[in-house]
Amino acid sequence: MSNEILNLNLIEIAHLISTGEITSLQATQITLDAIEKHNPNINAYLSVFNEQAIEQAKKVDAKIASKQTIGPLAGVPIAVKDNMCTAFGTTTCASKILENFHSPYNATVIEKLLAADAVIVGKTNLDEFAMGSSTENSGFAQTKNPWDTQRVPGGSSGGSAAAVAARMCYAALGSDTGGSIRQPASFCGIVGLKPTYGRVSRYGLVAYGSSLDQIGPMTRTVGDAALMMNVIAGHDERDSTSVNADLAPVADYKADLCGQIKNLKIGIVTKFNEGATPDVCGAIKDAIAVYKSMGAEIIEIDMPHFDYSIATYYIVATAEASSNLARYDGVHYGYRNKDADELVAMYSKSRAEGFGQEVKRRIMLGTYVLSSGYYDAYYLKALKVRNLIRSDYTNAFEKCDCIMMPVAPSTAFKFGEKTADPLQMYLSDIYTIAANLAGVPGISIPCGYDSQNLPIGLQIFTPAFTEHKMLKIAAMYEKNTNFPKLPEMK
Amino acid sequence: MNNKIDENTVRKVAKLSRLALADNEIHEFTAQLSAVLEYIEKLKELNTDAVEPLAHCLPVKNVFRPDEVRDSLGTDKALANAPQRDENHFIVPKILDEVSA
Repeated sequence: MSNEILNLNLIEIAHLISTGEITSLQATQITLDAIEKHNPNINAYLSVFNEQAIEQAKKVDAKIASKQTIGPLAGVPIAVKDNMCTAFGTTTCASKILENFHSPYNATVIEKLLAADAVIVGKTNLDEFAMGSSTENSGFAQTKNPWDTQRVPGGSSGGSAAAVAARMCYAALGSDTGGSIRQPASFCGIVGLKPTYGRVSRYGLVAYGSSLDQIGPMTRTVGDAALMMNVIAGHDERDSTSVNADLAPVADYKADLCGQIKNLKIGIVTKFNEGATPDVCGAIKDAIAVYKSMGAEIIEIDMPHFDYSIATYYIVATAEASSNLARYDGVHYGYRNKDADELVAMYSKSRAEGFGQEVKRRIMLGTYVLSSGYYDAYYLKALKVRNLIRSDYTNAFEKCDCIMMPVAPSTAFKFGEKTADPLQMYLSDIYTIAANLAGVPGISIPCGYDSQNLPIGLQIFTPAFTEHKMLKIAAMYEKNTNFPKLPEMK
Repeated sequence: MNNKIDENTVRKVAKLSRLALADNEIHEFTAQLSAVLEYIEKLKELNTDAVEPLAHCLPVKNVFRPDEVRDSLGTDKALANAPQRDENHFIVPKILDEVSA
């Protein structure tokens, strides 16, 4: 019985709770039991809010029993990545430098989850400050892929992806700066959506690359992602880069998922698909064939600057990171070295001891590309190429409704496989990074399994602020296949 | 654009970054950052003379709101995470020595 409840998707469980068929307390208790059972092995969560979750579940149950108006996530156990500020528990960013940090406020997305009557069960592991592609850069724990515990869950939102796949929550929030929602979703066989830059408030999201970061849903179905978008999307006066309704109104993402888009034009770049492993390439081809069988037209497009996106990203993102992470100075909050007797030494030792290797590497790179004499050659150049990368999308969308390609060149890799060579790790982000530079939305949906039964993701892009269309296109596929499957949890 | 970064430059960048790195880290970062910078050289292939820089993707500039007094965090909450504090202040190591003070 408990497994049946755990295997329900978000929309199903929300429905059963709202109609009183099961209580939030039951669903929450079953989820907390699943966390207790599986988290010591999977390490998806950095912190779990047992008592608070139970208390919230009881509150929601009381609301339902007394027929009060309830929110769309009423009573449903949800997880959030630990780089989103919560006024309860800790917000660590998986960094020793924030190990004991208690945020004085909630991020806007947290307020929105609570306003939707969700039960926040815990905060999930990530690459330190969301810098990484495997969650191996966490300062605290190694999250394992529920499909194969010898392998990484992807990153940086690896904890959220693993928690959703392993049924330790019904949905989770991740953040995506260069693929950090989509790639782990792909590695763990779930749905991950990076909204258009500006669609979801970043207030209370600990900043990494401010012009690239977006919060988005990680779920087991496309419909679930749409429901989560309904809750988190929208303007927030506390984030000046969140877009107001005049520019782009928020849609009801869940309303129009049925039905097909007639004469759908799908843009593909054949050589991109061929750059992936044969299993991934084959699964993408098969997925596109499914669309073709539904009447879609496949159009070969050209994205000539796509290949420059990793180089551009590692200038833009690290430059922004070096500035954003200057705030960790051992004064206002976070770790402080106790031995230094002079201010600059205190800063430098606290930061050197508090940050992990990848974070230091990116701060160094960012500082270098912004430093006097190099700014024009690196940073300014990168901003110009960024414009060219965006024009690749703009030009492509004149010919097609959406673009499809793999999420990652391979399926989940083994622990340690790419840690010795940071550049190799960076190169694994080739398919996801350009969307952040261009600000366009992207979604990863399960589209098959490789010869080792590891999930493969299909990535779909649509123009800025057309998440409703992107979700509908994704739902078309989901309805016509038997994906997603879920990993067996013993 | 230099395509390699030497240890001296890495030390200088570490200082600018306020990171007290150990010698082995300096050594390791020199090699790793060199590899990344070499890869980044790729961008030189593109002629961008006529391209405008794009710092962010939104058609939004100068977002204003009325200048109204609102509640703020308050001293206790603002100081709650401080590694060292007294009642109303963050405490930092001495910046000026006795003589120059």
